[in-house]
Amino acid sequence: MSTRATASAQPGIGAGSGSSSSSGSRAATRRPNQLFRNLNSKIASIPMILVAVCVFLGGTLWTVVYSFTNSKLLPRSSFVGLDQYYRLWDAPRWVISIQNLAIYGVLSLIFSLAIGFLLAALMDQKIRFENTFRTIFLYPFALSFIVTGLVWQWILNPEYGVQSIVRSLGWSTFTFDPLYDSSIVIYGVLIAGLWQGTGLVMCLMLAGLRGIDEDIWKASRVDGIPMWRTYLFIVIPMMRPVFITTLVIIASGIVKVYDLVVAQTSGGPGIASEVPAKYVYDYMFQAQNLGQGFAASTMMLLTVAIIVVPWAYLEFGGKKRG
Amino acid sequence: MANISTLNTTAAGLDAVSGRLGSGPSGARPRKVLSQRNIILYGLLIVAALYYLLPLYVMIVTSMKGMPEIRLGNIFSPPMEITFEPWAKAWASACTGLNCDGLSRGFWNSVRILVPSVVVSIAVASVSGYALANWRFKGSDVFFSILIVGAFIPYQVMIYPIVILLRELGIYGTLTGLIIVHTIFGMPILTLLFRNYFTSLPEELFKAARIDGAGFWQIFLRIMLPMSLPIFVVAMILQVTGIWNDFLFGVVFTRPDSYPMTVQLNNIVNSVQGVKEYNVNMAATLLTGAVPLIVYFVSGRLFVRGIAAGAVKG
Repeated sequence: MSTRATASAQPGIGAGSGSSSSSGSRAATRRPNQLFRNLNSKIASIPMILVAVCVFLGGTLWTVVYSFTNSKLLPRSSFVGLDQYYRLWDAPRWVISIQNLAIYGVLSLIFSLAIGFLLAALMDQKIRFENTFRTIFLYPFALSFIVTGLVWQWILNPEYGVQSIVRSLGWSTFTFDPLYDSSIVIYGVLIAGLWQGTGLVMCLMLAGLRGIDEDIWKASRVDGIPMWRTYLFIVIPMMRPVFITTLVIIASGIVKVYDLVVAQTSGGPGIASEVPAKYVYDYMFQAQNLGQGFAASTMMLLTVAIIVVPWAYLEFGGKKRG
Repeated sequence: MANISTLNTTAAGLDAVSGRLGSGPSGARPRKVLSQRNIILYGLLIVAALYYLLPLYVMIVTSMKGMPEIRLGNIFSPPMEITFEPWAKAWASACTGLNCDGLSRGFWNSVRILVPSVVVSIAVASVSGYALANWRFKGSDVFFSILIVGAFIPYQVMIYPIVILLRELGIYGTLTGLIIVHTIFGMPILTLLFRNYFTSLPEELFKAARIDGAGFWQIFLRIMLPMSLPIFVVAMILQVTGIWNDFLFGVVFTRPDSYPMTVQLNNIVNSVQGVKEYNVNMAATLLTGAVPLIVYFVSGRLFVRGIAAGAVKG
């Protein structure tokens, strides 16, 4: 803190930029204690400090530490090294969870970015009824994953849903029952997830497109560049920060995917649509195997860290120094 | 973050539309209405819109049919005779396990959770944001950084330590415990929202109040609060939809007789025993989705602003 000198001269205004001289004499007569300066603000921040330190920092560390123990029903502090992690990666259910997360994650990222950008580009053509279209594209985002999962469970129902309708139109061998076919069940979840989430991507992308200078468009029109090439080679590279931020936001949401699977498939058929977050919950609160739950949640933390840390470094680390 | 002034005027989506149409001729030379470009453009948009509307349509249609009609027809056909019986059953007599008093219990549980959670989380976060914006102290930014990083940590990592904490305090499984949990996990995004808003207010106002001798709480209550109605509305939209849609905390931190609506809905629809009544299920699903949908359609553009800031919450 380089502003410490000015800050001590005027107790209270800690914003650092002020330079009123009226409080100079007061500081000379009564130099307040470091701890009690700005006391009200510190008292008001106690909840925030508690949450940040005790829950976010302390809780995370606690879980990571206890993932190295053989806790079962209750947390115990007898350390067993990496045993829980070996057991975790030997469990078929965890391996399937991770595979599902990888498939769901990669496809979800590609499709939601592509569809979101396409919709945003269409919306950016100075269309009429823009508000109506935006309202329609975004309303699924207001719904919970539980509602989303249950609706799509019904639409994909093989007896009454899409499959039976296509069959009744004459294509009698048509098969599309993702919720009962363990090899494609994760794509059924993907369809529901995309329906819920692309509206948000579209909104973020639209904000990015509106931030592009109008002159860029004028210049490319003067040069006679077709519109799709302008988008592909000029606008998208210019929107790189928007893409990266959106990517991080969706990706860290994907790692948490839980309710959607619980509602739509309950992890089934069998264990074909399990995801890591569900593994954690089941082992912590149902199988009474805390150690596995802690190890699995630590792996989730690691996944998020791999996504978020490089981004946070690029986004915030550079600016502060610059 | 720039168009704060427009927030007050766009109370309803309709106003915005009429305002835009009424602003007189502007922009490029008008094109022919039925050009090839327009057909493709609007064609694509309408196809996409139909895809997004389809599930809502299916929900409404299915919830108004009787079971015999569902077994015969397809899910997209409109009901031949409209019945509201499934709605009544979903609300008042659908079964979860042993008790058969429908979704109404879950609804009131959710309301009981929602109201205090929204009030407490916004109160705490607004004061924290205010302290961070105007009364920074040594180390305050460090705590704030931890908070923002914490927004990305999967909830599953922190759930068990919180269970232990609440159990030690003797409030695990109670309403108070759940309110605390919602306050904790709402804090990063709300604090960010309020901090950014209070920072954007002119600093001269704050300084003038300081010179007049106002203290921490006085400035907050008399100057900051009256000026920040829009951001409080945004925060409320964010929290109401977020807490209403929550499932994980409801399962972990409440007892079965006080499960929120989402948990009860899932239990009703995915219960294994008995004949599946799809019309009742869809009515129940619609009832659960109704609250956030109403908030969404009423709040219009404010909702977009809320999620743009709240997207981090995921």
